[in-house]
Amino acid sequence: MRKDLLAISDLSRDEITLILDTTDAMREIGERPIKKVPTLRGKTVVNLFYEPSTRTRTSFEIAEKRLSADTLNIAVSTSSVQKGETLADTAMNIEAMAPDMIVLRHPSSGACHMLARLCRSRIINAGDGMHEHPTQALLDAYTIREHKGRIAGLKIAIVGDLLHSRVLRSNVLLLTKQGAEVWACGPRTLVPPGLDRCGVKVSTSVDEAVEGADVIMMLRIQQERMQGAFFPSVREYFNTFGLTAARAARARPDVIIMHPGPMNRGVEIASDVADGPYSVILDQVANGVAVRMAVLYLLAGGADAD
Amino acid sequence: MKRLLKGGRVVDPVNGRNGVFDVLMDGDRIARIGRDLPADAGTTVIEVSSAFVLCPGLIDMHVHLREPGQEHKETVATGTAAAVAGGFTAVACMPNTDPVNDNAGVTEYVLRKAAEANLARVYPIGAVSRGQQGEQLADIAELKLAGCVALTDDGRPVATAMLMRRALEYASMFDLPVIDHCEDQTLKGDGVAHEGYQAATLGLRGIPGQAESIMAFRDISLAELTGGVVHIAHMSARQTLDAVRYGKARGAYVTCEVTPHHFVLTDEMLAAPEPYDTNVKMNPPLREAADRDAMLQGLADGSIDVIATDHAPHHYDEKGVEFDRAPFGITGLETAVSLCFDRLVHPGSISLVRLIELLSVNPARILRVPGGSLSEGAPADLTILAPDLAVTVSAARMRSKSKNTPFDGWTLRGGVAATIVGGRTVYVNEDAGLRL
Repeated sequence: MRKDLLAISDLSRDEITLILDTTDAMREIGERPIKKVPTLRGKTVVNLFYEPSTRTRTSFEIAEKRLSADTLNIAVSTSSVQKGETLADTAMNIEAMAPDMIVLRHPSSGACHMLARLCRSRIINAGDGMHEHPTQALLDAYTIREHKGRIAGLKIAIVGDLLHSRVLRSNVLLLTKQGAEVWACGPRTLVPPGLDRCGVKVSTSVDEAVEGADVIMMLRIQQERMQGAFFPSVREYFNTFGLTAARAARARPDVIIMHPGPMNRGVEIASDVADGPYSVILDQVANGVAVRMAVLYLLAGGADAD
Repeated sequence: MKRLLKGGRVVDPVNGRNGVFDVLMDGDRIARIGRDLPADAGTTVIEVSSAFVLCPGLIDMHVHLREPGQEHKETVATGTAAAVAGGFTAVACMPNTDPVNDNAGVTEYVLRKAAEANLARVYPIGAVSRGQQGEQLADIAELKLAGCVALTDDGRPVATAMLMRRALEYASMFDLPVIDHCEDQTLKGDGVAHEGYQAATLGLRGIPGQAESIMAFRDISLAELTGGVVHIAHMSARQTLDAVRYGKARGAYVTCEVTPHHFVLTDEMLAAPEPYDTNVKMNPPLREAADRDAMLQGLADGSIDVIATDHAPHHYDEKGVEFDRAPFGITGLETAVSLCFDRLVHPGSISLVRLIELLSVNPARILRVPGGSLSEGAPADLTILAPDLAVTVSAARMRSKSKNTPFDGWTLRGGVAATIVGGRTVYVNEDAGLRL
C-alpha cells in the first residue's frame, strides 16, 4: 500500500475495493468477545485533532486499540499550539519521537499534504478543512455496499452544504469511481463551481434529487452560513431542503438514509427520518471502526493478520 | 570615465533604433550612439557581440521593498540587489510598509536607503489614504514634493468610489497617477484562490475574477468622470482586460499592468506539481487558462501597457504554514526577464521591441520618470540582455532575501547579461559570458 492516506483522489478503484474487502475481516473482530488482535502491537499511532470530533476520533482510537497499537491523543487545546506553535513545528516535534502513524484532522485544506511532506510517519487524513475526509467516504461506501450489495448503478443523492463539505468531495470521488449515479443537491449559493465537471448531476431541487433514490445522504448545514448570506434562515432551509418523511417517501421503498454526523435535527433532517426505519446512521458509525481498522492495517503494511 | 560598448544590438523604440550600434557612455550619461564610433585614448572599449541586446534600463513599477518595518522579508538594499540581478535599473516601490509611506518622512527614508545601496534607482509610490485606511486622503502634495511618483493603497483597493474620485481629482493637480489594486473585498471574502474547479476540488475558498473587474470598471468610470489618470495594477482576470479596453475606447486615461506569473501560470499549479504549494498563493490569484491566454492576447495586441512583477517577498516561516494561513505573494524581480523571453518573445507572441516598451518605455512614461530610452545626454541606464542564454532558476542563488517563488528549477531561454545604472556596472551575470 501507499505511505499515506490523504485523499480519495489518490486511490484507485482497486485500492478502494481492497479497503472495503479488508473491512469485512475487521468487522468480525469487533463481534468477538475479546475485540483485540496483535496486528499493530508495538506501533505508535498519534491522533492529532485540531478540530472537535466525536465519531472520528473515538472510532480511530477504538480501531487503533483493537489492533493493539499504542495510541496517543494530542488534545490541541492543551498543547503548545495554544502558545502559537505552528503545525509544521508541532509535526516535526512529534515526528522526532518516531510515531509510526499520525492521524490528523485540521481546519485547513491541504494540512495533511503538508504533514506528509514533512514527516516520515504515515499520515492518515481524518478531515482537512473543506477538502476531503477519506475514511468517512470509505465507511459510507461500506455501509452502502452492506445494505445494497453493490455501489455501481445506484442513484445516490447527497444533499446539503456542498460548498463547504469535505464529506461531499470525498464521497463524490469515491462513489463516481465505483460507478454510482450521484446527485448533488443544495442551494445554488452552496454549489461549488465546477461540480458539474465531477461526474455528478447537480440539482437545486431536493424533490428531484431524491426521486427514486437508493441512498440519500444528508450533510450538516452550519448555521453560521446565514452570516455569509448563503441562505436566509434555518426555517427556510428546512422547508426547502430539509429531508422530511414526505420527501423521503419519493425515494425507493428500500432507500437508506445516511448522515455523517453530527446532525442538526430540524435543520437538514427531520428527527422522525433520522430515527426512522430507513436510517442507517448508526450503522455508519459502527462501520467506521472497522473501516479505520482496515486502513490502519493496510497502511502498516498489511502485516500478519490476527 | 568613458566606456564604449561596441557591436551590440541596440533596441531603443523611442529613438527608433533596432540594430547593431555602438554606445558611448561618458561618466553617468550616454554620450553617443551610432555605428562604428571611434574610441579615443581615454575610452575603455568593450566588444559586445550582436548576440546581446542593449536596451534602455528596465523599470519595474510594482515592487514591494518591505522597508521600513518588514526587513525580515526584504530591505531596500537586498531588493535593489535583486532588481539589478533581474535587469532592472529602476523600481517603483509600494507604500504598504510599516509605517505606511503616507508622509515625507517615510519617503525620504526609503530614498536614503536606496542611495546607500546605490544599485537600482528607487521611485517611491505614496499612499492614497492616510495609513492606507481608506478614509482620509494622505498628504499628497507633501508626498509629491518628497519624491513620490504615483499613489496607491496597494495591498488593498482604494476603499470607496467617493475616495477614488477625490484621489483622482486631487492627484491630477500633481500629475500623479492613481494605481489601484482592484478588488471588491465583499466578493473576495476570505477567499485564497481563484474561484473555479481547481479551488473547489482542493477545498479552497474562491475569489471570482469579477471581484477584480467590478473594481476596474468602477475606477475607469471615475477616471472618465474626473479626467484623472488611473493605472490598473496586477491584472489577472480576462474581464478586467475587457474593462480596460472599454475605458481606452472611450478615451479614459487608463493604463494597466500584468505580472509574468499571470501570463505564464494557471490555477492548475494549486494541484500540481506540489498540491497546496504556498508559493502558488498570491493576490490576485492565478486564474484559469482562459484568463492567462487573455493576458497573452492583451500583451500581443497592445491593450496591456506594462509588465510589472509585483515582487512580494515573504519569509519562509511565513510561507511555511497551511495554505489558507500563508500570506499572499511571490517574488518576481529575478525571474521576470527570463519568463518574458521564454514565454513571450521566443514563441513569437511579441517582438523584442514590444518587450522593451512593456518593461521600460511605458513604465517610464506612466510614472513620468527618466529612462525608457537611450537618448544622447540621458542618464546611462542600460540593461544588457542575453536572449538565448540558458537559464536555470535557482531560488537559493537569488539576491532577494526571500525565496518564495514557484519557478525554482525551471529552465528558461533568455536572461540578463549585465545591468548598468548611471554608467556604473551594478550587475554582471557570470554565466552570460560578457566581459565588462
